Amino acid sequence: MKIVALCGLLGYGYDENSLKNAFMEKVDYLGVDAGSTDPGPYYLGSGKSFTDRNAVKRDLSLALPLALKNKTPFIIGTAGGAGSKEHVFWLKDIIFEIASEQGLHFSLGTVYSDVSKKYVLEKLKSGKVINMSNYFPLSETAIEKSEKIVSQIGVAPIIELLEKQVDVIVCGRACDTAIYAAPLIKNGYDEGLAFHMAKIMECGAMCSEPVAAADVMQAYVYDGYFELTPANPIRRCTVERVAAHTLYEQSNPYLIFEPDGVVDLHDCVFEQVSERTVRVKGSRFTPAKDKTLKLEGVKKSGYRTVSPAVINDPLTIEELPKIINTVNEFVKENVKNTINDGDYNLAYKTAGGKESSLSIIIDVVAKTQEIADTVCALARSRMLHCDYVGRKSSAGNLAFPFSPSDIHVGEVYEFSIFHLVKVGNLKETSVCEVENV
Amino acid sequence: MKKLIEYTKILRSKNAGPLFITFDLMFDSKEKMEYVMNNLTAFAVANAYGVKESDVSIIKYQVVNSIKITFPRKNVSGSLFDDDIYGCQQHIPLSNIEI
Repeated sequence: MKIVALCGLLGYGYDENSLKNAFMEKVDYLGVDAGSTDPGPYYLGSGKSFTDRNAVKRDLSLALPLALKNKTPFIIGTAGGAGSKEHVFWLKDIIFEIASEQGLHFSLGTVYSDVSKKYVLEKLKSGKVINMSNYFPLSETAIEKSEKIVSQIGVAPIIELLEKQVDVIVCGRACDTAIYAAPLIKNGYDEGLAFHMAKIMECGAMCSEPVAAADVMQAYVYDGYFELTPANPIRRCTVERVAAHTLYEQSNPYLIFEPDGVVDLHDCVFEQVSERTVRVKGSRFTPAKDKTLKLEGVKKSGYRTVSPAVINDPLTIEELPKIINTVNEFVKENVKNTINDGDYNLAYKTAGGKESSLSIIIDVVAKTQEIADTVCALARSRMLHCDYVGRKSSAGNLAFPFSPSDIHVGEVYEFSIFHLVKVGNLKETSVCEVENV
Repeated sequence: MKKLIEYTKILRSKNAGPLFITFDLMFDSKEKMEYVMNNLTAFAVANAYGVKESDVSIIKYQVVNSIKITFPRKNVSGSLFDDDIYGCQQHIPLSNIEI
C-alpha cells in the first residue's frame, strides 16, 4: 500500500512536481496534518488559524483535484490549526471555494471533536482524568473557566468514515498519527508499523535530507515492514534522519503513546535499502488496558497591550531595575482610584544587556483592553522620562522603533486543560458527518 | 572540563507538548555519547534550569548516538510568564554545563 503525506503542515507549502511524481504510481491514501499546539493557546481560544488562508488554499487547490481524479481518499487532520468547530468550518469554507472554482464534486466526511465542560466535569468527578504533568492538575474551576475544549481523536472515527467510502475527510483536533495510521489499520496492517510510519510521515519530508517540512513524503507499507522515499528526487531518506525523527518533540524516543495503546521501538531496525529509501521493521504495538483521549482546553487570561523599545545607554541599562521599580510604583499610585490592583499584570520582557543594547517589551495583560491600554501608556511614558542617579541622557530613556508605540494585541488565552481522560469508547467525543459537495 | 555543546553535533530544545521541554543531544561518535551519558547528571541539569532533580529524565537513544533530556516546563507554553512559546531557545544553560 502506498501512502503519501502532502507536507508537514497544510499551508507550509510543497513542491508541485513532488506531488505529481508521487501520483505517477497509484496512491492508496493521501494525508496532511493541518494543526499543532506549538503556536500556543491563542488559536484554539480565538478560533483563528496560525496558518494563512491563501497558503492553505494554494496547497489544497493542487492536491484536491489530483486526489479526486485518481480516486485517492484524502485525509486532513486538525483543521484550521487547532481543530475546534470554528476551525473545521474555516477549512471547509476553503474546500467549498476550491470545489466551486474548479467544478469538483465529491463526498466529504467531517469529524468534529469538540467536547463540553459537562463531559470533562463528569470525567473529573468519576476519577477518569490523568495528569500529563504533576505541575498541571485539573480543577473544576479550570474546567468552568474554559472557553473551548477539544479532544485529540485517534483512528476510530477516521476508519468509520473510510468505511463509508468518502473521498475527502476533514478532522477536528486529531492525533497527527491518526491521519496516516487509520487507512492501514482499516486494511488490517500491523498497528505498530502503522503508528510508527504515521509518526514519521506526519512531518512530511522532515525525515529526509535536505530536511524540509514543506515537501511530499511517501511510505510503502508491506507485510512486516515499511519503506520511506521522498517524492522529490533532490531529497533522500537516511537511517540517521528517519531514526532521529522519533526524538523530535517526543519525551521518550522509544515509546509512542496513542489513544489505542503504545508503540515500542526498542527492537526497531532501520535499514538503508537504496540511496533514497529506508526500510523500517520491528515496531511493536501493545493495546492499552485503559483507552485514553487527550483533551486540550483554553481559558481567557485577559487582553494585552505591549510597547516594544530599545535602550542603548549602558548607564540606563545599569539602572533598569530601579527604573522598573519607580514605574511600577507610579502606575499603581496613578490608577489606585480607577483600576483594581488585581485587574492588570504589568511585566517587562528584556533581552540583551550592558555589552550591547537591551530590548525591552512593556507587557500588560488586563481584564479589559481599555485597562491594558491605560496601564501600558502610563508605564511607557513614565519609563521614557524616568530620572536616575548619574543620568546624562536626560531627553529620554527609550528608543521606540514604531509609531504608534503601543500595540493593542487583543484577547489572550492560556491552556486550562491538557489532560488525558479514560474512555469507554474511542469514538465517544467525536461526531461524524457525511455530505455531498 | 569542556562545555557540553563542544561534545555535540546537534543540541536543541523544543516543546514536547505545552507542559514539557525536551532536549536532543546528538553526537558524531558512540564514545562521545557514552562519555556524556556517564558524566552528565540529572543534578547538573536540574541546577542549570532551577527544576527538581527527580523531574529530569535522561534517556540514551543509541540508534543514532543521541541523548534525550526532558523535564516539565516551569511556565506552561503561552502562559503569562512564558517567554518562549515553542521552547526552541531554551538550550543555552544546558550547552554551558561543564563536564
